[in-house]
Amino acid sequence: MNLHGVRAIYRFEMARMWRTLMQSVASPVISTSLYFVVFGSAIGSRMGDIDGISYGAFIIPGLVMLSLLMQSISNASFGIYMPKFSGTIYEVLSAPVSYVEVVLGYVGAAATKSVILGAIILLTARLFVDYHVLHPVWMVAFLVLTSITFSLFGFIIGIWADGFEKLQIVPLMIVTPLVFLGGTFYSIDMLPEIWQTVTLFNPVVYLISGFRWAFYGVSDIHVGISVGMTLVFMMACLTAIWWIFKTGYRLRT
Amino acid sequence: MQPDISVKNLNKVYAGGFQALKNVNLDIERGEIFALLGPNGAGKTTLISIICGIVNLSSGTVEAAGHDIVRDYRAARSSIGLVPQELNTDAFETVWDAVSFSRGLFGKAPNPAHIEKVLKDLSLWDKRDNRIMALSGGMKRRVMIAKALSHEPRILFLDEPTAGVDVELRRDMWEMVRGLRNNGVTIILTTHYIEEAEEMADRIGVIRQGEIILVEDKDQLMAKLGKKELRLLLQQPLESLPGELALEPLALSEDGYELIYTFDAQQEQAGVARLLRQLGDLGIEYRDLQTRESSLEDIFVGLVHE
Repeated sequence: MNLHGVRAIYRFEMARMWRTLMQSVASPVISTSLYFVVFGSAIGSRMGDIDGISYGAFIIPGLVMLSLLMQSISNASFGIYMPKFSGTIYEVLSAPVSYVEVVLGYVGAAATKSVILGAIILLTARLFVDYHVLHPVWMVAFLVLTSITFSLFGFIIGIWADGFEKLQIVPLMIVTPLVFLGGTFYSIDMLPEIWQTVTLFNPVVYLISGFRWAFYGVSDIHVGISVGMTLVFMMACLTAIWWIFKTGYRLRT
Repeated sequence: MQPDISVKNLNKVYAGGFQALKNVNLDIERGEIFALLGPNGAGKTTLISIICGIVNLSSGTVEAAGHDIVRDYRAARSSIGLVPQELNTDAFETVWDAVSFSRGLFGKAPNPAHIEKVLKDLSLWDKRDNRIMALSGGMKRRVMIAKALSHEPRILFLDEPTAGVDVELRRDMWEMVRGLRNNGVTIILTTHYIEEAEEMADRIGVIRQGEIILVEDKDQLMAKLGKKELRLLLQQPLESLPGELALEPLALSEDGYELIYTFDAQQEQAGVARLLRQLGDLGIEYRDLQTRESSLEDIFVGLVHE
């Protein structure tokens, strides 16, 4: 195991985060704060409780998930796309690192950033809404698991993308709708029956539901299924990455 | 002694069907400077990229420092430093961080003293805290060399290291390459500047359309293929070559003022003496004479256009 290599990639990526602190941390915090102000405080005060939770508190897990998914994907995809774009990827390809080590370095750094960001957003939310966490260990577990899974997904996008537009397209066109329709702002029970079924095909539903359960002990879907689905998605990403390195897809000709 | 790089029956066919390398066999000895020459698109960079692990091979085997580059890629790649042709550098990182990153990536524990030495040798020490994007092209090239040397490789690839580089840096680079060779580093360079190969290399390989068409000790190559040329500037122009001289490898310039005699560099000089005697006998007077030895460039052009 080339631990020096993993550490080099990890530190390189983390240094990028500190350099771009404004984009990495400030912008998601600001946009999430706006959601809290608008939906939590302004509109939320006029909404009834959902499952016995005030609306402001109800949307917190979903909003944290939104930032977590977006940031995991954008961090990890950018991290591997940039060397491809600038050509410095030659060095990683010619280095004595296995693909497991490359993934550990890039995805590890991206997931770390997401976890830090998730924590910052939770602290920020505290300024607007009073909430409690019923199962803190599970909450952290979901945070970490989701960060890793979607950083893996972002890594795949970064390798697949051959232009900056493609980097943006997946988070904007796919992830944002999935999060908004995944029960961030409502409970699935509130939907007509047919849409409840359709919603079950949205993987983000399982993440948000599980995460909300960790906070308040209520969920649309059993927490075991949430964990299971997250792991399934993680396995799918790992399989795709394994295939990418095995075939050299868009990395080695 | 086991060669430092051993390429056997190597083929590379790109996805589009283009065969970039055709059954390449090549051994590079430990501690030599090997120059790989060839026109654009001949396969030089493909060959280097395969050895360094950037491009997958289609068939054949390659060993670097005694390790198979596929089966034992860690050991093989650890021993290799690569300075690619394109000026691909990070932009926002400092010189120090970028070079230290390379060392870690290649599995070596941090060693600030070594990084300091490399940066000093390449006149980058003053720039260590500068962002790479703020450096000139020549300085970026130095950074790439520093990155390649950061992990103390025993084999160094320089792919067109002096393309677009000023005279001073080129001279520095030659100096550095010699210094590395003296420390036992094997160096493989590709270049378009044939004087560079002529000046630096111990052996020369020529690649054309994916095939290695020649590998030869530089001095032997120069001696074997080098031609000498004697030019005689005549007092009076000749309309044609006198019959007595027709058998010699002689040519007459268009204006009739120059006689050009070509002979093998190795051949005894007797031919020249005989020619001059004959000219004397024929009463052809000359006012000046020049001899010239063909350079590696002439040899190279001759080879690739065969």
